[in-house]
Amino acid sequence: MTDFLLVLASGITAGSSYALMGLAMVIIYKTSGVVNFAQGEMGLISAYITFMMLDYYGFGYLATFFWAFVFALFLGALMEFAILRRAKDPSVLGLMIITIGLEMILLGLVSWKFGADPKDMPFPISPFESIELVENIYISVLEVLTIGVATAVMLILFLFFRFSKLGVAMKAVQQNPMAAKLMGISTNRVLMITWSISSFVGALAALLIAPANMGPFMMWDPLLKGFAAAVMGGMTSLGGAVVGAYIVGIIENFFGTFISIEFKSVVAFSIIVIMLCVKPSGLFGRHYVKKV
Amino acid sequence: MDMKRDYYEDIELFPGWVEKFWFFLLLVFLGAFPFISNNYLIYVANFMAINIIVALGLNILVGYTGQISLGHAGFFAIGAFATFTLMQKASFPFLLALPAAALISAIFGFLIALPALRLEGPYLAIATLGFGLTITQVIGMIDLFGGRTGLHAPELLIGPWELKTDLDLYFLLVPLTIGLIIIARNLTRTRVGRAFIAIRDAEIAAETMGVNLIFYKTLAFAISAFYTGLAGGLYAFVLRFIEPEIFGLYMSIVFLTMVVVGGLGSIFGSIAGAMLLSWLDLELRNILDIPYLGNWLKDLSREYFSITGVSNIQYIVFGGILVLIMLFEPHGIYGFWIRTKKYWKTWPF
Repeated sequence: MTDFLLVLASGITAGSSYALMGLAMVIIYKTSGVVNFAQGEMGLISAYITFMMLDYYGFGYLATFFWAFVFALFLGALMEFAILRRAKDPSVLGLMIITIGLEMILLGLVSWKFGADPKDMPFPISPFESIELVENIYISVLEVLTIGVATAVMLILFLFFRFSKLGVAMKAVQQNPMAAKLMGISTNRVLMITWSISSFVGALAALLIAPANMGPFMMWDPLLKGFAAAVMGGMTSLGGAVVGAYIVGIIENFFGTFISIEFKSVVAFSIIVIMLCVKPSGLFGRHYVKKV
Repeated sequence: MDMKRDYYEDIELFPGWVEKFWFFLLLVFLGAFPFISNNYLIYVANFMAINIIVALGLNILVGYTGQISLGHAGFFAIGAFATFTLMQKASFPFLLALPAAALISAIFGFLIALPALRLEGPYLAIATLGFGLTITQVIGMIDLFGGRTGLHAPELLIGPWELKTDLDLYFLLVPLTIGLIIIARNLTRTRVGRAFIAIRDAEIAAETMGVNLIFYKTLAFAISAFYTGLAGGLYAFVLRFIEPEIFGLYMSIVFLTMVVVGGLGSIFGSIAGAMLLSWLDLELRNILDIPYLGNWLKDLSREYFSITGVSNIQYIVFGGILVLIMLFEPHGIYGFWIRTKKYWKTWPF
């Protein structure tokens, strides 16, 4: 029983960081139809900027996090404004290839500057500090923080898309860009803001992952699991991505503990492939018929 | 005159004596090349030949059929490991093991195509990405394939001919590559190739015209995987030692870059892109040895970056190429060539 709860807890914490990545992915996909392969590396570079400010220049935590988030927002906007918007009559394939290129550029920059060896990120909370949740069930403070942040971000995003003017405008841009333009929405600006928000969420995820495990390739795993989560939820549904992320996290941890630790990393992709075969529109995606 | 009266004239392999002449000259050059160059250049040529085969396979899938794949390193790995395992454990002769490995790879391609039938665009990219990452992990865990430690190359014998050096491999690889180029070129101008193009351009329209989507999509995946598996088997012999880590996501992206840089949907483009990118790949591995640029980069790294991470510049270069090509010349080298040709043909106007 203790085992069971322990595995469940670690599944939920893993799920939380996947959920953040999945949300970041869904926000962009929902508005512009682009799958952003550079998502992980955008978070990565924000995390390394934070690391640099704390470790090399000795800024305080508050100032550092503030500037890191400003940087993340700016980076997202820049990507959209300087690169994706410049693509000539873009196809989905073309935009995807551009984001793959961006991913490699960012990864190259980070590993050029910092090398491939893992780093110790200074963080207000040590990743080894833990609290006893129930009897014999320990959970680290960082994990509690991750779950908390993920929940808060989900709530805020949900409220944002439901009630704010900008959120509704984003939905409009996704559903029909032409009509949105006619209604006086500046679609370009909305897209830029979308990228900013997504970059911000990605940076949050990266910052929460960094204290435990920091290296140039640290974001690949969460990115892929985030993909898996987003696909499960149908790529366009925020709630779906979150539920998908927890399902992926929990199934993966149970599989790793009780069946085979070696093939743990394979589970997520098996889930994606099975899901895509059985129900391509995802758990919560509405069924979509291509019109001619 | 330049007038064409028949569809078959339009798709001829060698439209006139000019092309035949150039092709003949190319063959002469390729035959003479090993005798006028050094060992390293022969190695580079082998590397290019293998990448050309992969680029052809990937272009049939991405460029002609419009199905993206980010998992071709997986097929490449299957080809490499299957060839070695069949030769060592099942003592197949090379000439049987290589096609068998390619066939195994094609079967995997077929299996991947089954979910792909319901997927498109981003979903397919994610599914193939997952496949590519998963397959190397699985290979790394099975002892038959050497596990994490990898496999060493067995003796390579074709009949009485023992291939030991890069030069020997060159004489195996170049004719094979030329053959595969011609097969790919022929494929794209048959009924099958036209069905692929129809699927790429308008899936629903193709289906209404009687193109069997299930058959042709799976076929495209299988052919593409066959080419890649074949190249993987050959690559294993060029490296002489394989381990699962070689075949990572980075490799899949480099393959995709080759096709995109060369030009989607063009055989010539695949060849040009593969050659350019292979050369860049080898050149960038010791980037600090490049005259002038190397020193400048050394200073730059010392000042702002780190000297240990300097090899990662190749990520930046490849990523930059990918972005720039997509932004400014989406048809790649082939598009640039067509434009230049047109410009000079109609020059004063």
